Parts: sequence; structure tokens; C-alpha cells
Amino acid sequence: MNLPLQPILASLRHHRLTTTLLMLQVALTCAIVCNVAFMVVNRWSEVHIDSGVDEASLSVLDSQGVKADANPWVHHAEDLAALRGIPGVTSAVAVDTLPLGGSESSTGACGSSEALEAAIKANSLDGQSTCVQFATLAGSSGELAALGLKLIAGRDFLPEDYKTGDISTAIISRELAKRLYPGAQALGKSLYNGSDTPVRIVGIVDTLLRPYLRDAGINQFTMLWPQLPNGNNVTYLLRSAPRDSERVLEAAVAVLNKVNPQRIIPAKSVRTYTQMRDTYFQRDTTMIGLLLASAMGLFFVTALGIAGLANFWVQQRTRQIGIRRAIGATRGDILHYFQIENFLIVSGGIALGMLLAYALNLLLMQHYELPRLPLHYLPIGALALWGLGQIAVLGPALRAAAVPPVVATRSV
Amino acid sequence: MFGYYFDLALRSLRRNPILTALMVLAIGLGIGASMTMLTVLHVMSADPLPDRSGQLFYPHLNPTPLSHRKNAMGPDPTDNMTWPDAMALLAAHRGTRQAAMAGGNLVVQPEKAGANPFTIDGRYTTADFFTMFGLRFVQGNAWAATEDAARSRVVVLSEALSRTLFGTNDSVGRMVQLGEHTFRVIGVTAPWMPQPKFYADAAARKFGESDQFFLPLGTALDLKLDTSGNVSSWQKFSGDLTASSVTWLQFWVQLDKPAQVAAYSRFLFDYSAQQKALGVYERPADSARLDSLRERLITLHLVPDDLRLQSWLALGFLMVCMVNIVALLLAKFLRRSGEVSVRRALGAQRRDIFMQFGVESVLIGLVGGGLGLLLAQLGLWGIRRRPDEYSQLAQMDTAMLLSTFALAVVASVLAGLLPAWRACHIAPALQLKTL
Repeated sequence: MNLPLQPILASLRHHRLTTTLLMLQVALTCAIVCNVAFMVVNRWSEVHIDSGVDEASLSVLDSQGVKADANPWVHHAEDLAALRGIPGVTSAVAVDTLPLGGSESSTGACGSSEALEAAIKANSLDGQSTCVQFATLAGSSGELAALGLKLIAGRDFLPEDYKTGDISTAIISRELAKRLYPGAQALGKSLYNGSDTPVRIVGIVDTLLRPYLRDAGINQFTMLWPQLPNGNNVTYLLRSAPRDSERVLEAAVAVLNKVNPQRIIPAKSVRTYTQMRDTYFQRDTTMIGLLLASAMGLFFVTALGIAGLANFWVQQRTRQIGIRRAIGATRGDILHYFQIENFLIVSGGIALGMLLAYALNLLLMQHYELPRLPLHYLPIGALALWGLGQIAVLGPALRAAAVPPVVATRSV
Repeated sequence: MFGYYFDLALRSLRRNPILTALMVLAIGLGIGASMTMLTVLHVMSADPLPDRSGQLFYPHLNPTPLSHRKNAMGPDPTDNMTWPDAMALLAAHRGTRQAAMAGGNLVVQPEKAGANPFTIDGRYTTADFFTMFGLRFVQGNAWAATEDAARSRVVVLSEALSRTLFGTNDSVGRMVQLGEHTFRVIGVTAPWMPQPKFYADAAARKFGESDQFFLPLGTALDLKLDTSGNVSSWQKFSGDLTASSVTWLQFWVQLDKPAQVAAYSRFLFDYSAQQKALGVYERPADSARLDSLRERLITLHLVPDDLRLQSWLALGFLMVCMVNIVALLLAKFLRRSGEVSVRRALGAQRRDIFMQFGVESVLIGLVGGGLGLLLAQLGLWGIRRRPDEYSQLAQMDTAMLLSTFALAVVASVLAGLLPAWRACHIAPALQLKTL
């Protein structure tokens, strides 16, 4: 390339204000888009978090008893028997809540009785390293298998473990085990939650998400609890082949209303596990959509700006281009002139934009609990903007290259 | 002169139709995105009761022990009031009106044979609620303080619920089955839907459906009806909602004059001090405070962080669009240097040149504003289709409609300012030479 940068820089200096504005626009776009891309990636990984549950084969529905009931579990058991009779249902379980179900019960407990006593004395679990607040998931027999959880140690609950009253066994997630018993084997240990009998850990599952997500570090602080749901409101979990789920749900509503019409089955609660998950993340998916749309919008407007201005300059310089062509510049020279000019402007914008991106990230970290922007987003953003600039300037640059030398001989 | 500038602007805009379209599109997109988000924020931070919000106050007491530490993830227990405190404040009667309340969710069993039961949201409250918040009755009336004390089994229904249950808005005297118990209807209220539902518990839905029934708080407590809000206890919870270690009630007071407000603040301070002297409270008396309705709305954190972020994003977008237009206008105006020098040489003043280009910018702003309005309506339509609780409110009122144009014109005038200023400083002679 035999193009000296001098004339380009001279020309840009001549249009100092316009060039600065264009750089500013590129810088703002770069700053916003880098942060937006980072937010999209964050949300994306949140939405695709592994729940540990075999979601595709599961369906759920809620039942709310209308009449006061002295022993709701007995009626739930009748319901379960009827639900198991539906063709295609391979298992039916009564639960209080589910991973990503939204509503959560949680309890605090400690890995040792000394830690619990210290925590009670301090009136807080915070200071104790083996004490922690975690989500409890209660359910009737067969929940572990129905959810398709992967047991990595120990066993499933035995029939005699299931009770409506005080419970003495539990299965916990791997991450909770690590937190409660750091560096030790959790299986067979007891956890202390202040009730009269400590709870013994009989099994550990690989992955099990909370019903309501919080920070990444505690999203898997979960415990399965063989407590039979004994309230008026209950959730039924049904396992079937994925293609049967719609039919199974329809049949389940009919069957339950036949067993006992004195109940409310909210239409919103009758859904597949996948639908429940989608509802849970609905806001995040909307946000991802909006973030992507705004990034596209920014790119679009910036491309318009670059193309519009380049077009203008080409018109303005038609005569000069003609003269250059007449004294020997090739079409390629003219084309490259505009491409390099654009590259310089965009580069200036990117340099400023990276600083702005970092500043914007600091602001977002302060107000919206966003993590620090990883550095590799900056070169990616820069590449995207260079590419965008080159595409936007290509049209006007080609038009400039097509200016015939004869223009030089005409007066404007 | 204005007509002439208008004509000039039109000609200039027509000369570069593509560039004009680009500028209109850019400002339209920026305005559309911003106004969509600003409208949502506007409706979400609207005054729920414009005629009386200035007189409503929310007292805060802090009965938690000194050793109590708030759970970072849990609700703030001092946000609500204990039963003994609420009853003491009610009995003291220091405000013009005052009421304690809690949300409730009950199963209603329609009388009609074969009709399915369904659940409804409502409020357990005390007599002043209706006059304090300005509910209108279409039939019957509210219960009196004596019925609060007697824990009568009476209920006030919303007009909508009355129609669903009885097919008429005149259901006074009829009996209605809520949960396990039967209540006598004594009044039917006209539709009342303050948005946001400022008086409810912090955890409750703040937008959308309003309360469908109201019944005396004492009655609800007597019958152990389910409440639907945060119940916080800093001692082992026995299930007794009247304990002094359980907060679950919202308390509102109407104070008409500034002197009354000051007096009530002092009263809260004295009450706290007295409770501390009695050994019920452990915290200093100045931990009590009186929030105005505005302050209460801020505590409730009504606008989700995501929405705030989206609004900033939209404004950032508008800014990029504006920088874009400034650059395009600058290039465009400076290109017409020749024309400007001729006009200047013929006697036009800088002011005239400035006006001429100003009119052109405003014209772009108005057309862009029109496009922005269309895009904002499209955006709001999109938001109304989302299942978020606030989504149904996303409608533009006249004020927002006008501010859309105002914003568009202000944005375009601002964008045109720098280019027009540069253009009017073109020296006449220099440019004439190149012609």
C-alpha cells in the first residue's frame, strides 16, 4: 500500500468537529455494546443453569383444598393413587415445591451441635463457618427418582423415613455437603437445626437447584426432606414420556376433580416442567431480547451515521477525487483512501470507547451488582466496530472509486 | 420570515431525501425507545391517590431486640407493625383517621349450585380505612369501630365481586361464604384501584388487581383467617399473631396539617420511649419514624432494577442517536457554506442564518417525534403483552404524549444548536470567492 497517511490526517483535521462527533458516537456505541454483550452473556448462562432435574419428562399441577382438612396427607395419598392410574404416568409424587418453582421454604442448620449452640448464642448463623441457611424440598416417596436426580453417595429414602411429623433423615446436594462439612465426608453425619433429634445425612446428590435462585455460590444449597406434604395446598409432580405430557396433564385435572371436586386447581399451575422453567426465567429472557435489540439498534444507528457522513464527504470531494484520478490515482487508491479514513476514525472512537466501557462497567457494578467486565470483551467489541465501520463505508467508498477522472475538467 | 425559513428547510430536506430519512429514523428510534421506557416508569411512579396522598403517613416502630440482625435476603421485620403496637396507636387516636390492616387470601364458595369455588384477595382492616382512603360505596356502608371491637362477622365486597357472586351490585344483607365461615354483606364499594397499591405489605403485588373484599381485622384474627403478607418473628413463632414479637400489620394514619404531622412524630417518639421504659422495646426512642406516602413508595422499591437498567439503556441509545444527528447536520449545514455566504453578503444577519437552520432542525425533530411516538406505541403494545404485573398499566396519557414531542423537539434543537452556530459563523467574503 503506497498511501501516505498525511493527506488523510490533514483532511480529518480540516473536519475536526465532525470527525470528533463521529468518534464520540463510535465510542459511546463501543462502551454500551461491550457492557450490553456482557450482560447478555451473564443472563444467558443464568437462564441455562442446570437444575439437576430431568425436566423434559416432568409435568406439574397444584391442588388447593377448599374445606378444612384434619389429615390432608391421607387425601393427597388418594389423589396420588388415582394419578398413578393415568395411562402413561410412570410416577406421581406430592411435593411442597420444586427447583425453579419460585416459592421456597428455607431453614438454617449447622454441621455440629457446638456450632449451633454458638449460633444460637450469637442470635445469627452468619459468624459460624459450618452453619448455613438452605432451601428444603419436601416430598412423598419416589421424589428422587421422579426428578431424575443423580445420587453420588448413600441411598434414597426408605419407606419408613417418610413421615408427616419430625424427620430424622435427609439427602443434600454436593455443594451443601461441602459447605456444612468442609473437608470431611458428609454421608452419615448429622445436621443440627434446633429440633430435638438431629437429622442424619443418608444421601448426596450431584446437582439440585433451589426453588428460588439467589447468588451463584448458594444456588445449590438444597436439601431433600422425606416429609409428607400435609397442608391444604400441594403440588403434584408427574413423570411420563415427554410427548405424553399434555395429555397426562389434561387427564390429571379430570381425575383429581373426580376424586374430590372440593378443590381449586389454578389453570396457571397446570404445566410441564419446561413451561414452569420458562415462566421462572421469563423476565431474564425478555431482558436478553431487549439487550440484543438495543445493541442491534446502536450498531444500526452508528452504521447509518458512518455511511451518511461518508456519502456526504464523497459528494463534497467529487472534484478532488476526479483530480486525483486524473493525475494517476487508481480506483483502488480512492477506495483505500476512504477505507483507511474510516479505520482511523473508528480506531479513535474505539480507544475512547474502551475507557468509557470500563467506566460504565464501574457504574453498573455500583448500582446493579454486575460483575467486573472481563477484558476480552474489549477487543471483541473493537473488532465488531471496525467491521461495522468498513461495511458501512464500503458503499460510499465504491461510489467514490467510480468517479471518472473527467470530473476534474468540469467546474463544480 | 418564519414561512420563508420553513420553505427553505423543506427544500433542503428534500434535496437530500436519504440523509433526511436517516436523521428522522435515528431520532425516531431514540425517542421511541426512551419514551417507551419513560412511560413505563411514569405509570409505575404515579401518585396512587392524587387528592389525598399528601395527608397519608406510615409510622415505623422498631420493637426488635438489640441483638436482632436483619437477614440480608429476608424482609425487614420493622416494615410492619405488631398487633399490640397497632392497637395502641389505634386507641391513641392521634391522627384525623387511622387504620391497621393486613392482606388476606380466601376461598369463596358461590351460592349457585355447580359453581366452582375460587380464591380472592382482600384486606382485613379497621373502620377508618374507607373514609381515610376515600372509598365510595354504591350500596350500604362500612362497619363502625364498635363492630371492630365486637369482631362482627360482616364483610364489604367490591362491586365486581358482588356481581360475580350475586349478579347484582345490591348484595347488602346477603350472606357470603368465605373460607369456612359465613359473613353478612354490609356494603358494596365502587371500583377503587390505586396504582401502585401503596398500602399493602412490601411483599404483595403492587400493580394490577385490587382488593375484592374487606372485613374487620379483629374478626379475621378471631377466626384465624389466612393472611397473605410477611409475618416476621424474632422469637420462636407460636402461631399467635397477637404476640409482641411478631410484625405483620400495616398501619396508616391521616394527618391534615403540618402541625399534626410534627405532633404525631413526637407522639411516636414518646410511645417508643414509654415502651422502652416498660422494657418492651430495647432500641432508643428515636428509632421510630413517620414516613410520608412518597417516602413509603421509595421504601417499597416499586421499580425493578431491570426496568431501571432498561431505561438507562434507552436514554443511552437516544444519546448516541443525537450525536449521530449532530454530526450529520453539521456536515450538511457546512456543505451549504456557499449559500450561507451569499445570504450573509446580501445582508442576512447571523441571527437569521441561525434561525434558518434552527427551523430545519426542529422540522426534523417534529417528524422524528411523530415516528418516535409510533415506535413508542409499538413498544408499549409489546410491554402490555408481557406477563409482568405492571405491564397492563403501560399506556400513554396526554402528558406523556406531549412530552414525547417536547423531548423530540428539545433533542433536535439541541442537536441542531452546534451545527447552526457553526454555520452562522461562516464569513461571507471568504466563501463568495470560491463560488
